Amino acid sequence: MATWRPDPSFYPSPRMAAKAPKETLAYVAAFDPDRTKPDAIAVVDVDPASSTYSQIVGQVDMPNVGDELHHFGWNACSSCLCPNAPHPHVERRYLMVPGLRSSRLHIIDTKPDPRKPQIVRVIEPEEVAEKANYSRLHTTHCGPEGIYVNALADRDGKAPGGIFLLDHDSFDVLGQWEMDRGPQKLAYDFWWHLGHDTMITSEWGTPDTFENGLVPEVLLGSNYGRRLHFWDLTRRKHVQEIDFGEEHQLVFELRPAHDPTKAYGFVGCVISLKDLSASIWTWHREGDRWAVKKVVEIPAEPADPDLLPPVLKGFKAVPPLVTDIDLSMDDRFLYVSCWGTGDMIQYDVSDPLAPREAGRVRIGGIVSRASHPKAANGALNGGPQMVEISRDGKRVYFTNSLYGAIDPQFYPEGIDGWMVKLDVGDDGGIAFDENFFVDWPKGHRPHQVRLEGGDCSSDSYCYP
Amino acid sequence: MTSIWPWLSLAGLGAFHGANPAMGWLFAVALGLHGQSARVVWLSLVPIAAGHAASITLVLAAVVVFGTVMDLRSLQLAAAVFILALAGYYGLCGHRHRVIVGMRTGMAGLALWSFLMATSHGAGLMLVPAVLSLCLADQSAVAGMTSSLSVSLAAVAVHTAAMLAVISAIALVIYAWLGLAVLRSTWINFDRLWTLALGATGLILLAS
Repeated sequence: MATWRPDPSFYPSPRMAAKAPKETLAYVAAFDPDRTKPDAIAVVDVDPASSTYSQIVGQVDMPNVGDELHHFGWNACSSCLCPNAPHPHVERRYLMVPGLRSSRLHIIDTKPDPRKPQIVRVIEPEEVAEKANYSRLHTTHCGPEGIYVNALADRDGKAPGGIFLLDHDSFDVLGQWEMDRGPQKLAYDFWWHLGHDTMITSEWGTPDTFENGLVPEVLLGSNYGRRLHFWDLTRRKHVQEIDFGEEHQLVFELRPAHDPTKAYGFVGCVISLKDLSASIWTWHREGDRWAVKKVVEIPAEPADPDLLPPVLKGFKAVPPLVTDIDLSMDDRFLYVSCWGTGDMIQYDVSDPLAPREAGRVRIGGIVSRASHPKAANGALNGGPQMVEISRDGKRVYFTNSLYGAIDPQFYPEGIDGWMVKLDVGDDGGIAFDENFFVDWPKGHRPHQVRLEGGDCSSDSYCYP
Repeated sequence: MTSIWPWLSLAGLGAFHGANPAMGWLFAVALGLHGQSARVVWLSLVPIAAGHAASITLVLAAVVVFGTVMDLRSLQLAAAVFILALAGYYGLCGHRHRVIVGMRTGMAGLALWSFLMATSHGAGLMLVPAVLSLCLADQSAVAGMTSSLSVSLAAVAVHTAAMLAVISAIALVIYAWLGLAVLRSTWINFDRLWTLALGATGLILLAS
């Protein structure tokens, strides 16, 4: 339903969004790795003044089993205020929740009771296949032309993966987004620079190379994704491809600067075939082309093979496995999840081409099994993974599961889910909130976190 | 019957169209903020006004051409039906459309954007009752194409001048003083007002 005023959670600029009120609820995707009971969106109380702080206070179960809920997003956000396509009189109200394995898209209403979200529509995979020819739905963003959803494969589970659009109001599948995809085949993440009419996409692999876990031969053959693709956002055309080279595999999460006048952003590369290191790259303008530079390299840590899972024993080292990154609203701090070693690292990226470490905590990890003050069990497994930052940059939340089929390759005994929170110092520095630890109920593992009203990976802005 | 009312309504509609953030002043402010330049704001307003003027000129020219082959009542009824259908469509389906002009657009892109925004939302159609009454008042009735055309051009000029004055004033106040935070509380739903205004235009034509 249209409203008379813009949704109060829409902000023209990231500067204004950083002054938004504190979130009191977090929505967290939770999935059953055994695919025997329905996945869910859990509601976590993140209001320190509440008696149920750090507890799951609500949950909505999916109607089927085996969806593998992964990433999700809002139906509308601050980009609705953009001057070239203004339509801000909608509510940020519905969560678009895709199943990565099932290709089913759930639309969940958070308005009647934010603690008791309800499923209002389910778009079946057949509809997506028929109208957009895609499957394996991954990430969603609200944007200038509607709701954008990307998919890792075509309807038959093959390349190319790509993006399709949903109508803002009806949520009907409108069709494939790309008009000219050029050489792009693989898909993983996507986002954009609204101020530069540019979309960026990254690469993972086709479903046959990840749905039963990572395939060592594919990895060692450098056949997983290793490229960035730059697109003309309004003409929907591929304009440039950047290959990170044979050494680099799995180019994942894209975090463009929030300030729309800035033309740079960060992407994490999970692993180097040379030395198992992980890396952070900055893309930026160089003349009239896009260029990338490796700005951070996080080394693997030597380890006793007896403590390593079979896949790593021969390497005698723990790879950092940077699987998610997130950028604060003021474009100052980049948070980097090292799912292998268990580190969450905060970098000051005021100079995007020369990041400087500003803080670090460790929790879980393949070998370290670092604990948390509030954890009952002293040795946590899993590691920092999906990370989300509050709009004011003061609080950081993260969970510990990566993907059902990959979790046991690195954590063979399985993963006991948890969600934690960091407090951020005024000038950087991070520390655990000792009162916040969600010991995730057995049978589910937590993945992406979305914060009430928006967060640092949900909204994009047209004004500086 | 010579009256100032049709002219006032043309100017009033110019102010109404200009005040709508979706008709251009907001785009001009955004481009000024990106370029950190008030000059960019002013320069951007010119193609925005020109694109808008081109759109309403086209609509009024079509009305004048139809006026040479139709009697007044049929023209009014046809226009009314068309406008009410458009209002109904917007009321049911909303004002969304493909976004073909981005934030890096140049002056030509801005003019095209403004032309498309005005055309697809029926800006020119809102002026039809006022222009028809002016043509009638001119004694030459709708059949007098030459004088109708000159009246229509005068209507475009008055409307566009009012629109340009309003977008300039709003852009200046927002860019130089208020800042964009005011959008959050003051941007009322122009899409809905617009649909109502189109519906009213259709009803006026039906009733006249």
